Amino acid sequence: MIRVVNLHKAFGSQRVLAGVNLAIPTGSIYTIIGQSGVGKSCLLKLLIGLLQPDVGEVWVDDTEVSHLRGRALNQVRARFGMLFQGGALFDSLSVYDNVAFPLREKTRLRETVIREKVRERLVQVGLAGVEGKFPAELSGGMRKRVAMARALVSEPEFLLFDEPTTGLDPIRVNSIHKLIHDLHSMLHFTAVIVSHEIPEIFSLATQVAMLHEGSIVAVGTPAAIQSSTNPLVQQFIQGRSDGPIEAN
Amino acid sequence: MRISEQIDALEVMALNPIKYLVGPILLAAIITFPLLNAVFVVVGIYGGYLIGVQLLGVSAGSYFTQMSSAVTLDDIWGGLYKSLSFGVIVAWVCCFKGFYAARGAEGVSRATTQAVVMSSVLILVWDYFLTSIL
Repeated sequence: MIRVVNLHKAFGSQRVLAGVNLAIPTGSIYTIIGQSGVGKSCLLKLLIGLLQPDVGEVWVDDTEVSHLRGRALNQVRARFGMLFQGGALFDSLSVYDNVAFPLREKTRLRETVIREKVRERLVQVGLAGVEGKFPAELSGGMRKRVAMARALVSEPEFLLFDEPTTGLDPIRVNSIHKLIHDLHSMLHFTAVIVSHEIPEIFSLATQVAMLHEGSIVAVGTPAAIQSSTNPLVQQFIQGRSDGPIEAN
Repeated sequence: MRISEQIDALEVMALNPIKYLVGPILLAAIITFPLLNAVFVVVGIYGGYLIGVQLLGVSAGSYFTQMSSAVTLDDIWGGLYKSLSFGVIVAWVCCFKGFYAARGAEGVSRATTQAVVMSSVLILVWDYFLTSIL
């Protein structure tokens, strides 16, 4: 389980998070929704120690992450995988080398075993046969799939998705969501997804939290969020420009 | 790599980005700067030959004789030391600026400009001190 307790984060004078509390159950697909620039990606980076909070705690099971450094932090990170917005694939490496990279660097597996694992992951994300291509030769959707294969290859317990479908057409959005669902059923990781794909994300998530002005304003199942009486939630999921949320 | 989150990806994989990014660049600079220095020395000698011998009519024999008597082994070593230290300065400054670049493509442009300016100024200052020591 991941627990976030009273998390505050500011960049200079700009306050991003102001007292976020979350409890992400093991094995769930937990989705964080909210306006662009509201601090969703920042929250994700705080979970994995890429950023340090000003105040507050992040617990991964019994380990408090936010003040860890060096080897202790790396031990926690080894339990995580992350899919970045743009994929964050290494430009100079082929698809095969990108997916094999964490195994080559973090394990002592033989190349034949690594090859088998890479092939298996690429088949799972529907990209068999592109091993020799470079990231620049792939479409946006393919890059995200390769990044997903790379994130999954070391079999993480927790997988963080930072807007996995941004910039994709509706068909690819649904295909990525289906892929996350299928992989989750197969591998049983805990998924934390930052997204504003409304309403598509509701069919994927098991829990949804809405972040607004630095704090969580609603948490619940997709059905509970969709029927919420909170005007902030209703305005956001209906995409209305009039309401308590200012569209700037 | 910072802007496209590749450095973050290395950190998430529990890998040290310094080892993967800064180490090889520093090593490459230490190897290539003295080699580049040697190339430029040869180009300089033959540039002087073209001007002195071909344009101004100095005899080729006296040009090379004067050169070998004026240039000492200390000059060669001095060039080597300087190029090595310049390599370290350039690699260090550029890696630092690149590592902490922010705010998208504009941030990369700004970091590049700052890295070039800072490297040039540091080389100028360091050259002054090194010349006065050597």
